[in-house]
Amino acid sequence: MSAIGLKFSLPRPRHVLPGFNLSLGFTLFYLTSLVLVPLLALVLRPLSLGLDGFWTAISTPRVLASLRLSFGMAFLAAIIDAVFGFIITWVLVRYRFPGKSLLDAVIDLPFALPTAVAGIALSTLYAPNGWIGSLLIEHGIRIAYTPWGVLVAMTFIGLPFTVRTLQPVLSELGLEIEEAAATLGATRIQTISRVVVPMLMPAILTGAAMAFARGVGEYGSVIFIAGNIPAVSEIAPLLIVTKLEQYDYAGAAAIGVVMLATSFVMLLALNGLQSWAAKRR
Amino acid sequence: MTNANRDSAAARRFLRPTDDPLWLKVLLIAAALGFIAVLLLLPLVLVFKEAFANGVAAFWAAITEEDSLAAVKLSLMAAAIAVPLNTVFGIAAAWAIAKFDFPGKTFLVTLIDLPFSVSPVVSGLIYVLVFGAQGWFGRDLTDHNIHILFALPGIVLATVFVTFPFVARELIPLMMDQGRDEEEAAATLGASGLATFLRVTLPNIKWGLLYGILLCNARALGEFGAVSVVSGHIRGQTNTMPLHIELLYNNYDYVGAFAVAALLAMLGLITLALKSLLEWRYADELAAAHRH
Repeated sequence: MSAIGLKFSLPRPRHVLPGFNLSLGFTLFYLTSLVLVPLLALVLRPLSLGLDGFWTAISTPRVLASLRLSFGMAFLAAIIDAVFGFIITWVLVRYRFPGKSLLDAVIDLPFALPTAVAGIALSTLYAPNGWIGSLLIEHGIRIAYTPWGVLVAMTFIGLPFTVRTLQPVLSELGLEIEEAAATLGATRIQTISRVVVPMLMPAILTGAAMAFARGVGEYGSVIFIAGNIPAVSEIAPLLIVTKLEQYDYAGAAAIGVVMLATSFVMLLALNGLQSWAAKRR
Repeated sequence: MTNANRDSAAARRFLRPTDDPLWLKVLLIAAALGFIAVLLLLPLVLVFKEAFANGVAAFWAAITEEDSLAAVKLSLMAAAIAVPLNTVFGIAAAWAIAKFDFPGKTFLVTLIDLPFSVSPVVSGLIYVLVFGAQGWFGRDLTDHNIHILFALPGIVLATVFVTFPFVARELIPLMMDQGRDEEEAAATLGASGLATFLRVTLPNIKWGLLYGILLCNARALGEFGAVSVVSGHIRGQTNTMPLHIELLYNNYDYVGAFAVAALLAMLGLITLALKSLLEWRYADELAAAHRH
């Protein structure tokens, strides 16, 4: 390039555009004071208990039961969301039927509906005298005010994550590979289960991981339907609130730290899934 | 959409190898519709049914009742402070990250997204640990009679935290895609920084910005868990709309609870409609990553 000589004589200034110091300075200040310092307060608080004290605070039967409930039900909800998320995405991307675009918009309802609204609606719906609860109670099934209520709420809140993660990936997946599989004699079911699903696995797992992370931390939509019986249907975030109300700041912070640590692990796992997906492309 | 073209009338007589058999189509569509109807639509229908269970007059009385109006006012006030703050932050962060190169950029983007992966209750808890009676600054604040928790500042802080990334995460990929050529041209031609932003950058990002603000605002008005921890639940004073719903519901005032819930649900539906409209009409001008 002939411009090389010119570049040497006229070194380009590092930034032509103004506002770098101002915008980055404000960003760092805002981020540090509103997010990082308060999060540091959470991480440092349980130190006042010492390692033994921290362990005692989170290993009481009630705390362990709440963590088991939050994590277990979020895991189950993520699996349900992954299965139905796949079916819904498949239908949305591959089929044509009336009302499809409306169906597409409705998927985001759990994002758009405030959690407290969803919470009282689900609770009323699944209560023994509710529209769904009254049908189930005839068969001896109780959902509201049991751990299964927690599962329903977490499934509700997690569904958009699996659909919205899978949707762009499935849209971009060409039909050629499926045609090849069909040409080689695979039945349609074999093609879907042994060719399509494995190719979509990174996206399915990413969506499920996001649904799981959301479910573990979910509060508003769960507490109304859960019944909140200690050690039975009491989720971990609610136990934090209870401990705060008893002025047990360190105990609340200990559970908070466990949940924050999980968030970090989930973030790392999601990044790992992304790079796995990128490699397979 | 590529599949839609394939379904043209001429091709319809043949079952392509990539077409599912009819029974499978019907089965899957029925499963998808059934699941969505029961899980997502029934709760929405129930909210409006219960809100109007005793007629329109009862609904109107419930939402114009003194404490409900106070809750609406407080929610609007908290959002009116938190949303502009996060909008300014989002623009500043996107400007720094998209238009300049500096070390640690990827890490900074991850940190900005952090509040999304934190439980709402933990989001409130961290401010209690800083400003609460036993918190870092608790003693100083009581000495000077400054109220942060159980008052508007605490509610605003919690709202800012949970809505922190909305505008930034919409603008960062969008402005990175657009590069800095246009802004550099404007700057070279002598435009001031502010003029460059207002007349070159802003027209390019306006729909993405609107999209981010829309989602930020909806979450700010609807946030429950984080605000619940810092608000103190004082009826008529520190109860936002979602907290007021909880209070009414726990007092067995179902019409009242669902009336306020219907207001929030309507807000959610309007947000959803505008969001779908923006995604459909301005798909190219929104960030590629917005469908997450």
